[in-house]
Amino acid sequence: MSKLWKNSRFVNDTFVVVDDAAPLPQATPVIVSLKRWRESRGELLALKAPIGVAVDATAEFDVATDDLGKLALIAIPFAKFTDGRGYSLARRLRDTLTFEGEVRATGEVLIDQIPLMLRCGFDSFVVSHAPTLRTLEAGHLSVVREVYQTAVYGRARTTPSFGRVPVLEAAE
Amino acid sequence: MYRYDEFDHAFVNSRVAQFRDQVGRRLAGDLTEDQFKPLRLQNGLYLQLHAYMLRIAVPYGVLSARQMRKLAFIARKWDRGFGHFTTRQNLQLNWSKLEDAPDMLAALAEVEMHCIQTSGNCIRNTTADPYAGVAPDEIEDPRVWAEVIRQWSSIHPEFLFLPRKFKVAITGAAEDRAAIAFHDIGLRMVKGRGENAGKIGFGVYVGGGQGRTPYVALPLNDFLPREHLLSFLEATMRVYNLHGRRDNIYKARIKILVNALGVDEFRRQVMAEWSKIEKPSIDLPASEYQRIAKYFAPLALAPKPNEDNVIAARRASDAGFARWLRNNVMAHKIAGHRIVNISLKEPGKVPGDATSEQMEAVAALAEQFGHDEIRVTYQQNLVLPTVALSDVGKVYDALLSSGLATGNTELITDIIACPGLDYCSLANARAIPVAQEIAKRFADPAKADDIGPLRLNISGCINACGHHHAGNIGILGVDKKGTEHYQITLGGSPKDDADIGSILGPSFPAEEVPDAIETIIGVYTSGRISKAESFLQTYRRLGAKPFKEALYGPSKSSTQRIVEEV
Repeated sequence: MSKLWKNSRFVNDTFVVVDDAAPLPQATPVIVSLKRWRESRGELLALKAPIGVAVDATAEFDVATDDLGKLALIAIPFAKFTDGRGYSLARRLRDTLTFEGEVRATGEVLIDQIPLMLRCGFDSFVVSHAPTLRTLEAGHLSVVREVYQTAVYGRARTTPSFGRVPVLEAAE
Repeated sequence: MYRYDEFDHAFVNSRVAQFRDQVGRRLAGDLTEDQFKPLRLQNGLYLQLHAYMLRIAVPYGVLSARQMRKLAFIARKWDRGFGHFTTRQNLQLNWSKLEDAPDMLAALAEVEMHCIQTSGNCIRNTTADPYAGVAPDEIEDPRVWAEVIRQWSSIHPEFLFLPRKFKVAITGAAEDRAAIAFHDIGLRMVKGRGENAGKIGFGVYVGGGQGRTPYVALPLNDFLPREHLLSFLEATMRVYNLHGRRDNIYKARIKILVNALGVDEFRRQVMAEWSKIEKPSIDLPASEYQRIAKYFAPLALAPKPNEDNVIAARRASDAGFARWLRNNVMAHKIAGHRIVNISLKEPGKVPGDATSEQMEAVAALAEQFGHDEIRVTYQQNLVLPTVALSDVGKVYDALLSSGLATGNTELITDIIACPGLDYCSLANARAIPVAQEIAKRFADPAKADDIGPLRLNISGCINACGHHHAGNIGILGVDKKGTEHYQITLGGSPKDDADIGSILGPSFPAEEVPDAIETIIGVYTSGRISKAESFLQTYRRLGAKPFKEALYGPSKSSTQRIVEEV
């Protein structure tokens, strides 16, 4: 059973994941594929509900035509926790594409990687690993608070002073 | 050298506490071994054949006496009283216990050291010219930037799960003593020309490496203004992280990506990424550069006479001292001072190993005569970077009584060897005993001196931790129907004329290797134009043919061979 962790607590997931072939529900936040977003943008925007896109780890965004500003959420998968592509995708979204919506981590999301994901710009996490759920519920995140980089933290950027600021407090 | 401030101390202490928590969760069963493995690797704990090995980062090879004493203490208390200095300028302890590791890390943190990212698919310890800051041919001290890279890469959240490990080497000198051509990224400090005249920047090379697919690094950027180093590294790393292969561990290094795309296309992608990065948010602020650079200010040393009567007299009367002086003691940028190389290659001993007592002896010398500075070289030796010429004799005497006065720097017995099958679970063959036998064969110092500069490197498997590809003579352990055999390559070089050695012919069983090396050396000494022509120069002039013929008999034409086979 997976749960959604966001802003340091578990919350209800209001988004519904809709397969490419399935009909779109009315007045419900949906997560669709990047392909469907590219092909049926008009239809999706007409739903008047928040729209999310689930990409795969090889996604290349086209800043000119993908209209990322209209998206409420982008979900990035970690097929395995050792597959680090998601970190770079998130940083591209936050740093170079200045995406301001929710960046959600899905797949193999484990307790020891969540602090790294936070610092790369993820701000919500679909968690199903039992010890990770238990540890998050206990409010215990094992973190090195001192950082040397200016990686994004959630939506806030750290000051451009070569890190050297304990950033995680910023969101607690 | 760099000293931690409160922030740096807090950082390593937090990291120790984090790892203690992770070890606890592993022992409690909350983490599977698969989930724990990358975490322990990123904290330097590597599982070998017989035990855990703890790989301690020696940032860019720089140690203080206090740190060296702590390494000796840790080796004695939690290991077997010795350590192995590696080609990454690190120290490995081969008999560590998982449950002791957090305490070992805490002891290291007391002296501003750690094991962060000495293993795993992340950015590893940056290696540097061991003569940084004291070499006469230096453009700028690379240690400042090596420290900047150390800080920037430590727990960089984006780059801890790369396709494969990532190694950076840096030099600030005219002569490459850091083997930058054999690194994922090699950095060479250069003076700008044309529009960049008056500026200092980096020549950036990418995609070098050894292993089963050896490549010499290719030029990525001819002149990177030094203030943009970090944003450029981030762009390069991001392209690699997103596009490096993850389906095959043997094809996952950046060298494979660079050579599959071609360096021009790889460069185009890096430049495209770099152009989009908000550089001021990544690059090192000038104030931070100044803060770090202050720690590497040159020693305030008054120049002294470059001649010393006592030294000169002893050189004339003491052949061992004269040899050591000639081979191990190098010019220093300040007159009247010297760079002293300490060989960990006494013939018959394990290359790169030092006992706790030897580490303490070197620490004492650094305190007494060496301005509290020690370096580790990628050739697995130690260096006292600054010793007054007038103290050199006293240093020699002390080294002699610790078994550290072997005068063989960059000679045939100065062998690089990986731990091999004696320790390593990846190895096909042992490396240490072969190195010992070869060194014993050439143990007569006069013989080694006559052969002259020669880099002989041994790896126990194709992963090439012993740098056999870059050896003038390279030896690779292979498994041949269940027995250890050794393939010989000639012509590699780790220096400015970087090259990958070529395989000479069929492999030899261990006991025949010293004879084969002696045969090869015989071809060189009889074929060289003069003693001034090095082994590598002779090999390049003559080619492989005479060496092959000496080892395998006269080459036959293909027709002859077919006739014989029929």
